[in-house]
Amino acid sequence: MSSLAGVTASNLRKDLRLEWRSKDAVNAMLFFALLVVVIFSFAFDPTAEESRQIVGGLVWVAFLFAAIVALNQAWMRELRNQVLDAYRVSPAPANALFLGKALSNFLFISVVEALLVPLFVVFYNLRSEGPAWQLVPVFLLGTWALVVVGTFFAAISLRTRSREVMLPLILFPISIPAVLAMVEATTMVLTGTETPRFWITLLLVYDVVFTTVCLLLFETVLHAE
Amino acid sequence: MYAIFGDNGAGKSTLLRVICGLARPTAGTVYIFGSRERSAFTGRLGYMGHAPMLYDEMTGMENLRYFAGLYAIGDSARCEQTIAAVGLDPALTRRVGEYSQGMRQRLSLARAAIHDPEILLLDEPFSNLDPSSARAMGRLVAEMRDRGKTILVVTHQAAHLAGIADESLWIAAGRIAAWERGIAAAERAAAAAVVS
Repeated sequence: MSSLAGVTASNLRKDLRLEWRSKDAVNAMLFFALLVVVIFSFAFDPTAEESRQIVGGLVWVAFLFAAIVALNQAWMRELRNQVLDAYRVSPAPANALFLGKALSNFLFISVVEALLVPLFVVFYNLRSEGPAWQLVPVFLLGTWALVVVGTFFAAISLRTRSREVMLPLILFPISIPAVLAMVEATTMVLTGTETPRFWITLLLVYDVVFTTVCLLLFETVLHAE
Repeated sequence: MYAIFGDNGAGKSTLLRVICGLARPTAGTVYIFGSRERSAFTGRLGYMGHAPMLYDEMTGMENLRYFAGLYAIGDSARCEQTIAAVGLDPALTRRVGEYSQGMRQRLSLARAAIHDPEILLLDEPFSNLDPSSARAMGRLVAEMRDRGKTILVVTHQAAHLAGIADESLWIAAGRIAAWERGIAAAERAAAAAVVS
């Protein structure tokens, strides 16, 4: 029997290699999120104080929509040439495929975030009033929240006819608590009004709960017809 | 080796998908090695589908190493042997997306056989191949049969299995209409089609 860690690492390596060669997901996400940064910057033209109030929402909406692109791409690769069937007939653990896919999506979205956050700072003239290091757990936990639920629902919508439309329809409602926590925590750090501890804890709980649920259910999703 | 013939939509590919656990039967139960539990046979069965089931962006060796990993095979030499056994060069740096149809089919066979399964299910292994590639594929399948593997081949091209297939089945509307030695089932059905 193949080990969970070994096959997860193998899946992660494979996804990174495929993305490195095609650059489908990262390019599409980068372009989309860049458009959001520039368009909203010109549309609102906010002052520094206004920016601190609205950027939390803008950042996460931009990353949420951009993540949809990556999540759809991730499973499309497995459908081409029916490669997913080769995985399904093998004895490899189903969760290794899910974890490998979630980790690769996490890395792709993190790369896009790392490239775009400096642009948000420049375009919106941002300066954090609170301790900026607190944004690190917010971004890590927030990105994982988007990725883990998104990867799972992207797998569910894989067999539907209009999967590109179906994914946001089922992902957005279930992501509301996480998005709310991300936006509130980011805004609190930027404005320095309150400590974001509650929202970071909420994100942590959301991540633990949904990661567990997704791992418990993924095998059923993978082998569903 | 069993050759499975039948008209389009007769249920040949569905039969293979049911056997390997990719589809659920509407009625009946499939027992493999005396068990109907998937986990009992997944590592002992190889499936080559109608599609190549390979990543276009990776080379042949990269594909094989990945699929070998799913069967807990970490031995790179084994991948090289398997890829060489189907007549491909392990050192080829070309990506699968740039392979010819014949090369893809051969690599797909190598993928299905990488874990040395006892049962091989081959769905249309000769489709879209030129005559010489189809003959080469026939030889590969015959070699695997001679090594003691049980092979089920779904095909429309009975001639490629002449002298290779031990028994043949003709499937019509999801049922076995004929079961004979050699490829007689296909020949008889073809003759009947001409007469009618």
